[in-house]
Amino acid sequence: MDLAAKARLLAVSAGTVAAVISITASAPALAQAKEQFFPMLVYRTGPYAPNGVPFANGYGDYLRLIDARDGGINGVKITYEECETGYATDRGVECYERLKNKGPTGATVFQPLSTGITFALTDKAPRDKIPLITAGYGRADSVDGSVFTWNFPLGGTYWDAADILVQHVGKKLGGLDKLKGKKIALVYHDSPYGKEPIPLLQKRASMLGFDLLLLPVTHPGVEQSATWLQIRQQRPDYVFLWGWGVMNSTSIKQAVATGYPLEQMYGVWWSGAEPDVLPAGKDAKGYNALVFLAPAGQGAVHKDIIKYVYDKGQGTGKKEDVGEVLYNRGMVSAMMAVEGVKRAQAKFGKKPLTGEQVRWGLEHLAIDEATIKKLGFEGFMEPIHTSCANHEGAHAAAIETWDGTKWHVTSGVYQSDMSVIEPIIKESAAKYAAENKLTPRDCSKEG
Amino acid sequence: MLYRENGQFKSSYRQDEALLPIAQDRYFVLGLIAFAYLGVPYLASNYLFLSILNPFLIMALAAMGLNLLVGYCGQISIGHAAFMSVGAYAAYNLMLRVPHLNFLVALVLAGLIAALVGMLFGIPSLRIKGLYLAVATLAAQFFIDWLFARVKWFTDYASSGSVSTPVLSLFGWQLNSPARKYLFLLAVVTVFTLLAKNLVRGHIGRAWMAMRDMDVAAEVIGIRPVYAKLTAFAVSSFYVGVAGALWGFVYLGSWEPLAFNITLSLNLLFMIIIGGMGSILGSFFGALFIVALPIVLDRVPAWLGAPLSTAMASHLASMIFGVLIVFFLIVEPHGLARLWAIGKEKLRLWPFPH
Repeated sequence: MDLAAKARLLAVSAGTVAAVISITASAPALAQAKEQFFPMLVYRTGPYAPNGVPFANGYGDYLRLIDARDGGINGVKITYEECETGYATDRGVECYERLKNKGPTGATVFQPLSTGITFALTDKAPRDKIPLITAGYGRADSVDGSVFTWNFPLGGTYWDAADILVQHVGKKLGGLDKLKGKKIALVYHDSPYGKEPIPLLQKRASMLGFDLLLLPVTHPGVEQSATWLQIRQQRPDYVFLWGWGVMNSTSIKQAVATGYPLEQMYGVWWSGAEPDVLPAGKDAKGYNALVFLAPAGQGAVHKDIIKYVYDKGQGTGKKEDVGEVLYNRGMVSAMMAVEGVKRAQAKFGKKPLTGEQVRWGLEHLAIDEATIKKLGFEGFMEPIHTSCANHEGAHAAAIETWDGTKWHVTSGVYQSDMSVIEPIIKESAAKYAAENKLTPRDCSKEG
Repeated sequence: MLYRENGQFKSSYRQDEALLPIAQDRYFVLGLIAFAYLGVPYLASNYLFLSILNPFLIMALAAMGLNLLVGYCGQISIGHAAFMSVGAYAAYNLMLRVPHLNFLVALVLAGLIAALVGMLFGIPSLRIKGLYLAVATLAAQFFIDWLFARVKWFTDYASSGSVSTPVLSLFGWQLNSPARKYLFLLAVVTVFTLLAKNLVRGHIGRAWMAMRDMDVAAEVIGIRPVYAKLTAFAVSSFYVGVAGALWGFVYLGSWEPLAFNITLSLNLLFMIIIGGMGSILGSFFGALFIVALPIVLDRVPAWLGAPLSTAMASHLASMIFGVLIVFFLIVEPHGLARLWAIGKEKLRLWPFPH
């Protein structure tokens, strides 16, 4: 290649730089449109895509449903934009920065669907005044709204999940005291997500006298032979699985290969969807997982989604997949965001709202049985009531079992024992406040 | 025509040894620095600062550190993300445990701690070379990853293993806005670039380069391999440790051990290979290429108004990115810095090439 060609190449790379700088030029114009912008951090690629895709489809389809069926939220149209994070924290932060000022009033609420990204955004959201909904994931201590003003772990945290699993196996044995001397193994994704339940399980272990065996699995979780060798040697009475993406299906396949009885294996709610068990197929029969908010199946709202979204060719996924566990969870997450906006509209008026106003709405959520029925979510969630001191709103979950082809809810609804969880929430939140030099709000003064 | 050094006579050794002996270069670089300090803070948007400029500056610093070791001293390392994490966790623990510590002091101390760890893992380089050394540094990567994930003291017993940092303030100046962060990073990077540029021109840098070109010959002319190799590991880890602390405190704000995994080590290596081995300027080019290009590629379909699905756009971006890396390496194996140098040579003849 001659020098002239090389100089042209140089021009190409200079062009790249110019393109980067031109990002500045395309700053969003502040059009006074009647629109509410919903950013979507999704992962449709990478090792966690099997679980990220149905969630993102459910989330997006519900937002489209609101526009198509109701003409927006009380007349305010919903706009949205997806940004691919690949489950990576740094890319999630980039997506957040990219989307936070879009729309006439900025981003409504972020739902990152990644504990790592949640941790990173927990520091940024208060400065930008945008709330974070982390339904069933994220920081367990962010239940304490006096410290975590902008975080909403709606519907459940990992500490609830761990506590309910312990309650369930205790009940199966005939009482929590029967757990004494038993051995429970936690097979977890070695990331903030997988480590979250450990403090609660340790506390429960010392209270009830069972042994806790901690078995970390490194990202992305396809290599687990060492973990399952340990399980074969130690023979725990129960295995709790805290996996995500390919790690789940690998664990279940390994359990089958090791001959570990799947009836004694319990997944958290992120380890209990169709993509997790389908690779093992019929062999996964008997495997249990927690289910919170949204089990698999279809209700009234799904009929509307089929009618208003899929029949008009607007759906992102396949029509058959509507009603999968993660699809429903995405849908419920979107619904809670929309309900937060509705609640805030009641106070601030039926116009596009800022993140700060939506935060007020989320802190005063009152989704009771009647509302759930009206929205078509009957049987898919428990009522949620939030307040300044309680950003979670509900602590309930049930157990579902895989019969080889379908998930079935096989237990009653459990409530986590807040007398156990509350002290660790307070302690952990206080530590966060001290480290970050925050002054907690006085919840008794909040309206 | 414009870029000619005719008539610029050097009448002293001092002038001959100047960093930028050609006047046009000097004006260009001074202009660029002035623009970076005075122009950019007013022109760039918050998004540009937070997503491109700030990570670019930090990664340029880290790539520079790695370049000192790989490009100048010829010792391969694929464990440099681990030394970044040493810097980040050292700064975190210093800020947490020592009251009223200035962040600048913590930054330097974190760099020194990373330098110590780097020297420790550099010891095998005295006996092994090339790919074998690469494997030894890989051990550093895995060991340090494991250390921060398992030893709870380093993460202050955080239940999730993720640490978060408060807003920094320097002498009463809060580092709370993107532009302020940018200016702070720019100042740090300017100082470190000047240091690196001078270091590689002095006797230390020459010792490293002699070691890189032929270690036996270097020993014969009186360069001590222990000294040369370990200083390279120390200085390189110092730079990378400082970059790691900045990455954690100024860019991420809160991080987990996964933020400094092997992917980052490999990215750093790609930066110096694409940018140019043994070139300070190349570290900047490489960092810009790796940090900015994926983001730009990801956004191209949206700018063009092409209705691509998110997954498709993301797959396409990775494919184009991979193709571009291969393309640049085939066209110019010495990296973008060499392309830059060729461009300058051409400019000297312009507009009358022979």
